[in-house]
Amino acid sequence: MSFDNAYEAIMEGSDETHWAFGTGFTDALSGVDRAVPSDVDSGDLATYCLMLGDDALVLSQRLSEWCSRAPELEEDVALANIALDLLGQARMLLTRAGEIEGAGRDEDALAYLREEHEFRNVQLSEVDCGPGPGGDFATTIARLLVFSSWRLALSQRLVSSRDPVLAAVAAKAVKELAYQRDHAAQWTIRLGDGTEYSRERMIAGLDRVWPFTDELFTAHPVETRLAAVGVAVDPATLRSEVDGVLDTVLGAASLDRPTVGSLSTVVGRDGAGRGGRDGVHTEAFGYLIAEMQHIARSMPGATW
Amino acid sequence: MVTPRAVAESVCDPELPVLTLADLGVLRDVAVHGERVVVTVTPTYSGCPAMDEIRADLVAALDEAGYHRAEVRTVLSPAWTTDWITDDGRRKLAEYGIAPPARRGLVRQGPVPLNLTPPSRLVRCPRCDSPNTTELSHFSSTACKSLHRCADCAEPFEHFKDL
Repeated sequence: MSFDNAYEAIMEGSDETHWAFGTGFTDALSGVDRAVPSDVDSGDLATYCLMLGDDALVLSQRLSEWCSRAPELEEDVALANIALDLLGQARMLLTRAGEIEGAGRDEDALAYLREEHEFRNVQLSEVDCGPGPGGDFATTIARLLVFSSWRLALSQRLVSSRDPVLAAVAAKAVKELAYQRDHAAQWTIRLGDGTEYSRERMIAGLDRVWPFTDELFTAHPVETRLAAVGVAVDPATLRSEVDGVLDTVLGAASLDRPTVGSLSTVVGRDGAGRGGRDGVHTEAFGYLIAEMQHIARSMPGATW
Repeated sequence: MVTPRAVAESVCDPELPVLTLADLGVLRDVAVHGERVVVTVTPTYSGCPAMDEIRADLVAALDEAGYHRAEVRTVLSPAWTTDWITDDGRRKLAEYGIAPPARRGLVRQGPVPLNLTPPSRLVRCPRCDSPNTTELSHFSSTACKSLHRCADCAEPFEHFKDL
């Protein structure tokens, strides 16, 4: 059987709704039990879901920028697959956030129609490390190593959250983050323990992302309040576990832990929040969401 | 009339059409409430884009079989693992040229172990059954597969990853 083009071949004998590009997205949590524990502040829970959802959404967007531009074909596929896992986690968390908020915003409204200061992701996920100008694959790997090690430790603890949806989303995420972390760790070793040049690049990549790591372990008041009622995890309690993992990987790659300091922008001298969790972002973030939201904003309701 | 369960079980996975939803182990329940049929499924990977298609295919298949009021619900817990793939499903995957996943058994508690080298677990070539294979990439055309090569028959093949 021959076809003039690939699209014709995949459409053969099927109606339009059979294929993903023929339909709009549906509710990512369709039919999931989603009662909020009665003593939990729903505003806090909605914000916490946004925080974890935005972390995944924004890094997913960054990783997908590498698609077709990674150093090798296998890596195009790998980064796109990791981006897809994170997007799936983001969809469930944003759906949950919108539903608890009760203002009629679904996952798409939250992803595409919020302004920059309304995003609650940690700044680490938005760092621009390519593939555009100034981009660097080693930095992308360094960021993925730190992010996945941290999010895996966090998700493992969230599995016993009192919120049934957070616990269920985390249980699925643990398995995905485990191989994402392995992938980043194996690249860190390959580059760090490779040639003199690859080693220099890996060191520079780690130095670039390291200033953003303190934010991962600094509790926002929402996290503190929800951790007290057994729903969230206080991120400060993850530090020694994550440091242990990172030291193991860096040791195997014959690299030292970076000595560059923290950005120290997470909490200001006046005690007010200055981090991504408070909606304060780096310059690069505006460009990221402009690209991510462009179609949805210029063609409202578009599906393909 | 075919039962709603039989209809739901026979719907095929849109990405792996050799597997039915029953083979894949994503079908958790089929309940009949009067004229209403409620099918409960669980996603494989968080971001698996086939989930939306699976819901649409279930509703369409039930509609065609005369069950016009079908609803598909999703449960996330307990999380799906490749252990839910049936023996029949594993055989069909191998015949289709995809090396099936190993049975993982009970997942251990405690911190997830870090793998600093690519896995050395033996994946047999689905074509010539040789154990002499290497992993080319842990990621492949869909989230659930990895890419391998057989050193004996020299063919590349996919493996349904253990999850």
